[in-house]
Amino acid sequence: MTMNNVKTILLAGVGGQGTILVSRILTHALITAGFDVKMSEIHGMAQRGGSVSTTVRYGDKVDSPLVGKGAADVLVSFELMEAVRWSDWLKPDGVIVVNDYKIRPLPVASGVADYPDNYLSALNEQFRVVAFDAGGKAEELGNARVMNVIMLGAMVEAFAMDAFDWDGALKKHVPPKFLEINRKAFETGRMLARKSS
Amino acid sequence: MKKFLSGNEAVARGLFEAGVQVGSAYPGTPSTEIFETLNQYEGIYHEWAPNEKVALEVAYGASIAGVRSVAAMKHVGLNVAADPMFTAAYNGVGRGFVIISADDPGMHSSQNEQDNRHYARAAKIPMFEPADSQDALDMMREAYDVSEMYDIPVLYRMTTRVCHARCLVTENDPLTPEPLAYTRNAKKYIAAPAHAVVHRMELEEKVQKLAAYSETCRFNKMDIRGNEIGVVTAGGASLIAREVFPEDTSFLTLGFTWPLPLKLIREFAKQVETLYVVEELDPFMEDQIKAAGIECIGKDVIPRMYELNPTILKEALTGEPTPLKTVEAKVVPRPPVLCPGCPHRGFFYTLSSRKDTIIAADIGCYTLGGLAPLSAIDTVVCMGAGFTVAMGMAKAFEKTGDKKTVFGVMGDSTFFHSGITGAIEILYNKGNVIPVVLDNSTTSMTGQQDNPGTGYTLMGQIADVISIEAMFGAIGYKKVFTVDPQDLKAMKQTIDEAIACEERCAIVVRRPCVLIKRIQHEQALCRVDRDLCRSCRRCLSVGCPAIFFVDGKSMIDPNLCVGCTVCLQVCPFDAIVKE
Repeated sequence: MTMNNVKTILLAGVGGQGTILVSRILTHALITAGFDVKMSEIHGMAQRGGSVSTTVRYGDKVDSPLVGKGAADVLVSFELMEAVRWSDWLKPDGVIVVNDYKIRPLPVASGVADYPDNYLSALNEQFRVVAFDAGGKAEELGNARVMNVIMLGAMVEAFAMDAFDWDGALKKHVPPKFLEINRKAFETGRMLARKSS
Repeated sequence: MKKFLSGNEAVARGLFEAGVQVGSAYPGTPSTEIFETLNQYEGIYHEWAPNEKVALEVAYGASIAGVRSVAAMKHVGLNVAADPMFTAAYNGVGRGFVIISADDPGMHSSQNEQDNRHYARAAKIPMFEPADSQDALDMMREAYDVSEMYDIPVLYRMTTRVCHARCLVTENDPLTPEPLAYTRNAKKYIAAPAHAVVHRMELEEKVQKLAAYSETCRFNKMDIRGNEIGVVTAGGASLIAREVFPEDTSFLTLGFTWPLPLKLIREFAKQVETLYVVEELDPFMEDQIKAAGIECIGKDVIPRMYELNPTILKEALTGEPTPLKTVEAKVVPRPPVLCPGCPHRGFFYTLSSRKDTIIAADIGCYTLGGLAPLSAIDTVVCMGAGFTVAMGMAKAFEKTGDKKTVFGVMGDSTFFHSGITGAIEILYNKGNVIPVVLDNSTTSMTGQQDNPGTGYTLMGQIADVISIEAMFGAIGYKKVFTVDPQDLKAMKQTIDEAIACEERCAIVVRRPCVLIKRIQHEQALCRVDRDLCRSCRRCLSVGCPAIFFVDGKSMIDPNLCVGCTVCLQVCPFDAIVKE
């Protein structure tokens, strides 16, 4: 049986939102800190705008790279509806960090279905939720693409992972000319999480 | 220094370390990155073949000629390549020959979840099943040794979560095996009946020897921790079993799973009170273990469908549901969609409004043309079936009197894969079918791999471009239309002309995929003028993820739009403008 000090982070979003960079920075920091780390991601058809998830697990020794429902400690969702879709993969005491941003699935975009407006309150009823408009904040910082690193910063704050060498991981995985803005994004995420929890 | 490698990256490293010199593959999720990663290593000739059968034969030829070789494919690809595999098992190998099959339990990116372990047993070839990236690297060297020692191809069976999971991996120094000097050996390599009857007996002897090898193979590991519960498990499922069973559970973890080490399993079974067999998909091991008279619990409690995970296994074993919190809100399905700017959209939009056509389509991004709101496809079966299923439907319609025009539709890579024989079939047997190739100049669904129509090889060399139009012409199609699907007027006109055409005709629908990196794509945006929008929703019928309806009118997300103008062309009120 896997030792119960193993932690599971589930990154969810819509294909093309760029969860890959976040999972790279995250796993780099965890490996540098000396943890055994396993990660599982899905490629292929799902990446064409479908619902996607990446699992990152770390601890003294990790067996399975993936988990099932009711097993994740943290859910980091880059999109609002995806947070709801994946919420039952969380442990009952799990934490949700969510980008308050809507990407409309085709049934919604084409007017066949509605995008419900009660998601945040429904999530809040069941879980500790850290929610903010990471996309808007990224644009304020001057680059919409750093939304993902804002989410990473928020997760680090919400899940008390601040002891790791995040700056080293950022340096390793972000091109030098984008390092400064990503550092800002990371700190912005931490600050937003502090405010919202 | 350990590296954080995916199973596919680790397999590529394993192939390099084993001294493999020739590899051939056809891209297919979850196997694709194996050959893309081979680009990192010097000295390995590696290629994208037109299809898996070609790949397996090329690799087998290299083995016969004296170098270690590999063929890789997704699970359904092995159906295409099964013919040469079965005979290669009879003939045996020169230097080591490994066939990698990447299965897709749960059908993340596939049309079925067939369990290719049955192929090892059916073809009577040995099989390795790595559980993680370290296994994927380490077992490869052993697989080549087994192939050479027992003169037989080896099946290397992976699954999505082995291919695409990452863990810390220790690398080893590469081997440089001597090539084998080639000499003609007619009895071995000419698969004629007189030789085959001899090979048949030899193969049975090899299987006996492999069964003995399996008993002592270092990748079949017994770990006795208690004598109450024992688990026989293999591959990715073994990690899930480790996660779920209590600390004092004994494990027999198998990395070499055909022939099964039945003596070892029997010995293990004797040491525990209750024996479980934990495997994903079919009861492949369980059936054999039970047939050997060893009592065990397996698929009577563990699901035989879909991907396994720790929660599912735990619930299956305990019968107790996992504590969950349910968020009281409905979610809308989010299936994959054609990208904004996808060239397939114009073609399917044009066909979606017609009631007089049937479309037998194929495997690729364009399968998504079957989803609402385009809903423009009648059938998808397997690679290459677009033309031939269309042919059968057309022949049936001749009997039933249905007057619809039948289109057979597939992409460029699929055409080269197995569409050409279908194009010949349609002409030769006088099928009332219009073959259509949606040429987006790449193999897109698997991540933009090159193919015989793109002008580049996997190793980055400039290649001859095989012309699809010239191929149709050479087969005997008298009229071959070429059209840009982004020009909806031209697209409609071409369809009308093809339906009316008295001669045998084919259509090449050509525009490069917007995801191809080496092409400079036009940078533009479309915008809805909300004053002009009359809420007719016509633009929503093109099924573009960038367009949505808000406050009773259409809007275009500027972060997603690439300015392809398909929506602009369908708007009856000129309410969409390009900027």
